Amino acid sequence: MPERTLAEVWGLVPAVLGIVAIGLVLGLVVTAVDRVVVVGASGAAVEPIRSSARLLVEQRRTTLAPDRLLWRIGCVAVPTLALLSLAVVPVGGRTLWSTSADLVWFNAMEALLWAAVWLVGWGPNAIHALTGGYRFLAQGLAYELPLMFALITAGLAAGSLRTTDVVAAQQGLWFVVTMPVAFVVFVASAAAFAFWGPFAAPAAPDIAGGVTSELSGVDRLLVEAGRAVFLGASAAMAAALFLGGDSGPWLPGPLWHLLKTLAVVAALVWVGRRMPMLRPDRTVEVGWMVLVPLTLLQALIVAVLVLNGFYA
Amino acid sequence: MLSELSGWAITAVAALGVLSVAAGVAVFVVDSMARATFALLASFLAVAGILLALDLVYLAVVTALMMTIEMAIMAVFMIMFMMNPAGLMPMTMVHNAKGSAVTGAGAFVVLTVGIWTIDWPTRDTSRPADSTRQLGEAIMGSHMLVMLVIGIGLFTTILAGTVLATSRGRYDRFGAGLTAKRPDDPVPGGLRR
Repeated sequence: MPERTLAEVWGLVPAVLGIVAIGLVLGLVVTAVDRVVVVGASGAAVEPIRSSARLLVEQRRTTLAPDRLLWRIGCVAVPTLALLSLAVVPVGGRTLWSTSADLVWFNAMEALLWAAVWLVGWGPNAIHALTGGYRFLAQGLAYELPLMFALITAGLAAGSLRTTDVVAAQQGLWFVVTMPVAFVVFVASAAAFAFWGPFAAPAAPDIAGGVTSELSGVDRLLVEAGRAVFLGASAAMAAALFLGGDSGPWLPGPLWHLLKTLAVVAALVWVGRRMPMLRPDRTVEVGWMVLVPLTLLQALIVAVLVLNGFYA
Repeated sequence: MLSELSGWAITAVAALGVLSVAAGVAVFVVDSMARATFALLASFLAVAGILLALDLVYLAVVTALMMTIEMAIMAVFMIMFMMNPAGLMPMTMVHNAKGSAVTGAGAFVVLTVGIWTIDWPTRDTSRPADSTRQLGEAIMGSHMLVMLVIGIGLFTTILAGTVLATSRGRYDRFGAGLTAKRPDDPVPGGLRR
């Protein structure tokens, strides 16, 4: 049954501000861990803040005849959608708002992020940015369905699309045990949607930075922060959906969820930075030919387990 | 029905309704393919907002999800089919102005007359606690045949669209006798075959 949401417990404004703060901290953590893995520990926590401040005061440069309206909408939408996807991630056992379709909400925010990134590529009226935008479109198309199936698999086992119900259903056994494929695909698809690590082709050096090539100043800050926040939010969601959320011995629940989120972030960055950036035609074909059948098979196995009363 | 909704919900439905019509009009006013696409998306998102105000969360979220994906796929098809591939040059969404005006007015009349003259059934039971579950049971139960027919219809359309969009067939890929071990593709792809 629906429990009380964060907005009801803390009040709407403090709860929204709290979620925004948590999202920004998660984004900062992702950036810092990324920096530790790539260049070592020196100044890992300070550097993202310093470059953010620099981007805030940097003057914006523009291109010839950009579609300014759509460009700005795209840049603002990327971090906004990343934060909105955090609205259904449980924090201390509660979500900012709780509906009977939380998992679909998370997925919808991802789909909107997909459209927003294309806008970021479209806006500046520049060839490299547009190429990056279309690369991202193809990549998002290929990883949307595996991600959807991975989310639905967790919902299927819990018998509910509400995130808090999914967490509650893992009291006995973490879902990652029976659905490891869904877990891995979920995290990989999150990286694909943040065009990060091996999936960074939409922002690759061969097209001069792709979708991010014409971004400067606050626009670049918004898009880069949005990518980091989205990766952090996805890690928190993965910890909630597959790693039992806040369940664990001795320590208080929220701390467990935080530790699991950090573990997912560390694993994601550590593995992702050890893989080469893949050509988009490769990642897209893997998505369609390997991940879609694999996640369908995973959903089938979980469905059979549900019918046998395994999760009851 | 209206009396069950709060004042906030009625205001939100009215405002979002106006917004969705305005965004729909914008589709035919703007002069770029990208703006037309995203005006249409804004219109659909306003409809999703209306569903949310009516407390039909699943329908609202799935509308936002599907329509966003649809608009993005439209951008993919835009590259495949249009003579102006990226839609970069100014263009208009208005074609066959007279014919479409007649069709549009006709559809409006039929829908309006239908809405105001049909004797809509009234609900005699209380509201379900979970509209998502009720919807799922309807789709997977009494309306399954309709959903299957629509699903297969959509899938066939997607396949047909893709077949029309590509000029290459299996003989181009595997040779006249279909004997080649590896397909001859312009884009090699990621898997060994």
